[in-house]
Amino acid sequence: MLQFILRRSVGAVVTLFLIGAATFFLFVAAPSDYASLACGKDCSPERLEDIRHALGLDLPLATQFWDFMSGIVAGRDFPDGDCPAPCLGQSFYYSENVWDLIVDRLPLTLSLTVGGIVCFLFVGLGTGMLAAYRRGTLVDKVATGASMVLSSFQIYFLGPIVLLIFVYSTGWMEDPKYVPFTQDPVGWLVGLSIPILVMSTIFTAQYTRMARSSIIEQLQEEHVRTARAKGMPRRYVFFRYAWRGAMIPIVTILGIDISALLGGGVVTELTFSLQGIGRLAVDGAVQKDLPLTMGVMLVGAFFILLMNILVDIAYAWIDPRVRLS
Amino acid sequence: MTSPTKAEDSGSAVALEPELASTSETAKNKTGLEGRSPGRLMWQRFRRDRTGMICAAVVIFFFAISLLAPLLTAISGTNPYTLYGQDPTYADSPVLDDFGLPLGYFGGVSAEHWFGVEPQYGRDLFAMMIYGMRTSLYMALGVSTLLTLTGVLIGVVGGYFGGRTDYWLGRVTDFFLSFPSQLFFIAFMPVVTAFFVDPREETPTYFRALAILIVLWVLGWMGMARLVRSVVLALREREFIEAAKVSGASPARIIRKEILPNIVTPVLVQYTYQLPSTILTIAFLSFAGVGFVEPTPDWGRLFAAGAQYTQQDPAFIFFPGIALVIFILCFNLLGDSVRDAFDPKSGR
Repeated sequence: MLQFILRRSVGAVVTLFLIGAATFFLFVAAPSDYASLACGKDCSPERLEDIRHALGLDLPLATQFWDFMSGIVAGRDFPDGDCPAPCLGQSFYYSENVWDLIVDRLPLTLSLTVGGIVCFLFVGLGTGMLAAYRRGTLVDKVATGASMVLSSFQIYFLGPIVLLIFVYSTGWMEDPKYVPFTQDPVGWLVGLSIPILVMSTIFTAQYTRMARSSIIEQLQEEHVRTARAKGMPRRYVFFRYAWRGAMIPIVTILGIDISALLGGGVVTELTFSLQGIGRLAVDGAVQKDLPLTMGVMLVGAFFILLMNILVDIAYAWIDPRVRLS
Repeated sequence: MTSPTKAEDSGSAVALEPELASTSETAKNKTGLEGRSPGRLMWQRFRRDRTGMICAAVVIFFFAISLLAPLLTAISGTNPYTLYGQDPTYADSPVLDDFGLPLGYFGGVSAEHWFGVEPQYGRDLFAMMIYGMRTSLYMALGVSTLLTLTGVLIGVVGGYFGGRTDYWLGRVTDFFLSFPSQLFFIAFMPVVTAFFVDPREETPTYFRALAILIVLWVLGWMGMARLVRSVVLALREREFIEAAKVSGASPARIIRKEILPNIVTPVLVQYTYQLPSTILTIAFLSFAGVGFVEPTPDWGRLFAAGAQYTQQDPAFIFFPGIALVIFILCFNLLGDSVRDAFDPKSGR
């Protein structure tokens, strides 16, 4: 177990380094940079050179890259303020440490993503199990039909509709806003309830369908039939045998979906005009802000890799045949 | 007066003519034993699937609309670029009130503007929508086809040759999979666009299209590659491949004649799932403001605009939204039907 975590962590660090390198060199390979953007239309070469120098863009590329990467471990010193250990450079556009910007914005995106995951795992898997358990009944038909239709909705369409109904027309809820959990847990939940529900609706629908078909498939397996034939109660067989087997493909798909989940958080925050990581990514891209883009990409990749390791551990826990090696 | 015998007679006389005789012959054969190709079997199964047929019709309808967009706008007499609310030519038939909101009911639905007009600018929503669908569908077709070709190539090479090739291709695939793709799409759209055009100049629409194509292509082939690899890996151990090897066929020939025909089914099924999800990704890019921009009509851009107008003019997001839901729903159901038709064992 410990060995597995260590090995995967090393792999993750290598991947992060490669993603950082890919991001960096793709970004600087593009013919435009922040300096020429900041300098404006009628820009004198001297002024451009000044800006480039101030940002450190005149250094050799390898030096720039090395400074950035070593800064993550060792921290860096900038003329206007230093940047302690997990330093992701200084944003050109915001003139602030990227790490501080991300620490400021990340809790929102993580609240959306993690809240959404918890929501859809409980509701989606529960509904799917119920539909499979009562296969062919009205419950099953309603659940299947509703999940089919709802999985075709998009966050950016469902979001405005929900806002229209619950906020603009009836006034039952207030506009979604982010209150830090540590400050006010109730306010956090109330403020983010609409975004989390909208985001999880689509995933709930997809996982309902998946859970249902996966359990139905498991119920036809021979070991399940044998268990039933030797007189085990239906409920016991359902939860002990079929459910466990059915979770294996679902955990696999969850592992594949993690990047989509983070993306779902980004779409949700853009839909509800919340200030999270997605907004930072858009700013970094539009303003050609290299450190900001690097930081956002690395933090995003970090969470995807972390979740993947967690999913693999969960995988081994559900299916004893899987060895973590 | 025609007696039964006479009718029978004429019938047999007709049957004696060689051409008709042969058709009756095949008709007889059809009821008897007949070798049916897998494709034919699939088609027959698919035709019995009512949901599948309806959804196929709807999907074809959407493609037809986007193909015929210029014709349809000629009929409606509108185009997606004219600002009907601001253009002085249309001053005698105002579409917007003093606040820039559409006059009339449900977003200004009228005989001229079938789906109403956009607030502030007064552009015709119907024209914007069908031209937007056109942009999205054709982009998605292009991207999905590229993804499929790349995925098949990498999957077949990795799966068939195995060993070190497979290992490294697998690592590359894993690497691309660990990219935070949505964030990457947002961050790299402007970068890729900058490769083609000076950022201080206006970017032509087809360069933007090209940039979207490249970004989605580079980060989208992994799923197909993994699928194809696993199928090829299983195929490689089968007897008929071994037989081909023993008989001295070259790898190129084995791949072309033995492997490719056998992966068509899973690839086709995956393609029908890939296409709608690509449409959604393109829509997402435009929604986030890094895909297509004003004034290019695009499905996703309508959502970005619609989200701003929701409070004042909810009808604006209604039409493109419902259209998208119907389209995606039908495409997903169609994918299920295609899968069932190819593989009747995979019950739902």
